[in-house]
Amino acid sequence: MSVMREAAVQTREQSEAVVNEVILAGDGWMHVLEPGQVLRIVDMEGNQAADTLFYDADNPEDHYSAVATIAAQANIYLTTGSVLRAESGKPLVEIIADTCGRHDTVGGSCSAQSNTVRYAHEKLHMHNCRDTFMLQLAKQGDERYTKRDLAPNVNFFMNVPVSEDGGLTFADGISSPGVYVEMQAIARTMVLISNCPQLNNPCNAYNPTPVRVLIWNE
Amino acid sequence: MESNAIWSTTIRPGGKWSGTIGRGKLIRFTALEAGANVAIQLYHANDLAERYNMPDSLKAQYTARYTRGNVLMSDNGRVLASFVEDSLGWHDPISGYSYREATDAKYGSTNYQAERNEWLRSGEENFAVELVRNGLRPRDMMPVVNLFSKVAVDATGAMRYDVDHCPAGATVTLRTEMDTLLVLSNTPNPLDPRAEYPSVPIQIEVLQAAPVDAADYCLNFRGENRRAFENTREYYTLLGV
Repeated sequence: MSVMREAAVQTREQSEAVVNEVILAGDGWMHVLEPGQVLRIVDMEGNQAADTLFYDADNPEDHYSAVATIAAQANIYLTTGSVLRAESGKPLVEIIADTCGRHDTVGGSCSAQSNTVRYAHEKLHMHNCRDTFMLQLAKQGDERYTKRDLAPNVNFFMNVPVSEDGGLTFADGISSPGVYVEMQAIARTMVLISNCPQLNNPCNAYNPTPVRVLIWNE
Repeated sequence: MESNAIWSTTIRPGGKWSGTIGRGKLIRFTALEAGANVAIQLYHANDLAERYNMPDSLKAQYTARYTRGNVLMSDNGRVLASFVEDSLGWHDPISGYSYREATDAKYGSTNYQAERNEWLRSGEENFAVELVRNGLRPRDMMPVVNLFSKVAVDATGAMRYDVDHCPAGATVTLRTEMDTLLVLSNTPNPLDPRAEYPSVPIQIEVLQAAPVDAADYCLNFRGENRRAFENTREYYTLLGV
């Protein structure tokens, strides 16, 4: 793993990126990747969770599928070499560099409603990823993206270990400041990110922080 | 047992089914032979945009498997159905369903023209047909629950299907807590390594459930489950039923 990490470090110059933006915690971002383009997501301060969905940009109803992705690689964690697939099985992006080590895709996103279930009914008012996703879909002005398209997402930098006996926990992050993941678009892909505002569990060490997104043409 | 059922059917290997089942019913699934795998999806019958949500259900119950006491939650934090009986102890929520391409690659290419109704069905196509039948689209495909299957995850994240998990006669019973559209495909688990199309007939019976009382096992299984039941009750209170 360490060899892979060293090989992956800083092969692209920030100055050559065609997109270089910061997404504050609690904010969303939606952007199309053309085939061959590379997206890097940087966990700027460490222990953040970037809830991310992917769509076939030419056929948005073909959304990211967590289960198609993990069944195809017979492993629940995502890292370098993982191909993220749409519901049809179509490859959308491939992770080509990862200084974190592994990323979650069974934990999904937080929502106002799931917060009432997981913590307390009084948590209904708190900001959450599902609201960010829905606001981004609303602002997109593209009727092809609807609530029905909000499939379970990837949680970059988040640590959700599953045990041999079928237990699942939300553990403290394995990420640290400056850790990043890079993915290259195989198909024309819409990326939808919610930079997680969750304050009720250790997925972000109870301290939501910004992430940076960079895109290179290759 | 049979005499209590208000409805029952047998699903052939490779078969599919969809139907709306009112709340307060038991749905008893029986593996008529060993090695069953039935992929199911649940939608709220009165608002099909509300559906079973795999991550919300797993993280609320800190589990990557389902058994008695667990509930299937919707994306609105409500209970669609509860596991009220289970002879196996493990049903798989993370492995998804079979695709046409993988089915052909694994078991040999088949088609209707050559094999007629013995051709090997895929979960992908079975679900597509049943979703469209109900006014839905492939966009509405979400992670399924694979009843009767066990897929364990090791420390590296590797997923392993347990070939010996499900004996003939295994049963699991869901109780509907909301009016539910059930869509199912009786097709092999994608991680089942067996080379011969591993699908067996299953029986489905629907029975009237006793009312959920204060001592109910699923309601009391976790605080999270209780709050999801409270969210469900709130929905019906506001609806006036």
